[in-house]
Amino acid sequence: MSRTLAAIAGQTARLSLRGGALTGLVFFLAMVTIIPFGVGPDLKLLARIGPAMLWIGALLATLLGLDRLFNDDRDDGSLDLMALSSVPLELVVLAKVAGHWLATGLPLVVGAPVLGLLLGVEPAGLAMVTLTLLVGTPALTAIGAIGAALLTALGRGGPLVAVLVLPFTIPVLIFAVSTTAAYTVGAGPSLPPFLILVALTLISAVVAAFAGAAGLRAAME
Amino acid sequence: MPVSDLANPTRFLAWSRPLLAVLWVVAVAGLAAGLYMSFFVSPPDYQQGEMIRIMFIHVPFAWLSMACFGFMAVASLGFLVWRHPLADVAAKAATPIGAAFTFLALVTGSLWGKPTWGAYWVWDARLTSVLVLFIIYLGLIALRQAIEDPGRAARVAAILTLVGSVNVPIIKFSVDWWNTLHQGESIFRAGGPTIYATMLWPLLVMIAAMTVLFAALVVMGMRNEIYRRRVRSLEMMAAGA
Repeated sequence: MSRTLAAIAGQTARLSLRGGALTGLVFFLAMVTIIPFGVGPDLKLLARIGPAMLWIGALLATLLGLDRLFNDDRDDGSLDLMALSSVPLELVVLAKVAGHWLATGLPLVVGAPVLGLLLGVEPAGLAMVTLTLLVGTPALTAIGAIGAALLTALGRGGPLVAVLVLPFTIPVLIFAVSTTAAYTVGAGPSLPPFLILVALTLISAVVAAFAGAAGLRAAME
Repeated sequence: MPVSDLANPTRFLAWSRPLLAVLWVVAVAGLAAGLYMSFFVSPPDYQQGEMIRIMFIHVPFAWLSMACFGFMAVASLGFLVWRHPLADVAAKAATPIGAAFTFLALVTGSLWGKPTWGAYWVWDARLTSVLVLFIIYLGLIALRQAIEDPGRAARVAAILTLVGSVNVPIIKFSVDWWNTLHQGESIFRAGGPTIYATMLWPLLVMIAAMTVLFAALVVMGMRNEIYRRRVRSLEMMAAGA
């Protein structure tokens, strides 16, 4: 069973890399680039809002490629095969989330330190942004997968997934930025929000497994 | 006759008609009494003056914005477990009404906030979580509108509503945390003056009356939705014939 799941995750990662998963990374770069045009090239200000901007950029970039997560599988029939296999659909959803995160989330984590340098974020803050992105972006992908599964049931994609998913990502954003704020502006402790962020990622994975599978079952009726 | 028989759509249409009349009478009488008490019986606040009277409509709206989501979550769970179409009809009918009540809670709150806090909007924890709740309502409405087939829309919306009911407390908790982080910027004080009986009674009457009004609106919406689905299936049969 674990072999099947690894195969599903690997295939999802390969297919989304081939299907333009790196667009998300380019979007992230573009998004960070336009911020100084909006708020001015003041490095002090940029360093202060930098971690938050990196997180919002990563959040929006994660939402970009989500609508295709299950749509392609439904169109070419592999969704039916996955449902017929002996592997529970809940675990299939988690494998798809893992594969999608490897292709779209991990590049954002790797790219964030470089973009953070552009915004003049302090090294300690930068390390915390990267760490929180590493822990928090899987939660974003998992929450997004719920929206993607529901939209697959509707037979359409597009911007609706972002509207549905965004409110549910607010807790992840809050605790990630709280963790980094301890290092960048010296506000509050950093360990409690970080632990809550870890908890949110784990809860999101559980909720996404069940809600995503329920959505996919509705899609196949 | 088991209680579940009452949930048959045709029976529902029959017994909800007299129920609706009763609900409207109680709602109108309750609102009349509650508004009279709020405006003429209740004294002005020693700090806020006449502004306090906004509270008598604001608190019921805020209560119903959350109660409606709870109602929708129960209806969605009922639909997913028993597949009963009436549960989905109830959830669907309640969604726009809940969104409207949430919107009115936000509007009355900001009208009260302008003279009291000096701004129409502050990023206070409670306000922000109600705003997020409003966005979730709008997402649910958008989801319902995106689909033609009611059966499919029902399952998808029910799943999202249940995900929402798990997430809304988490969002509330996170926003509370976030606001304590920014405490220096907030001008909202949680510990307001304790409420006196002369204000408590009008408020309780208003909350009860507004809840009955909500129930009446939901029952009306459910009846409309049942008729709408019948018209739809008749049209499809006519098109097929």
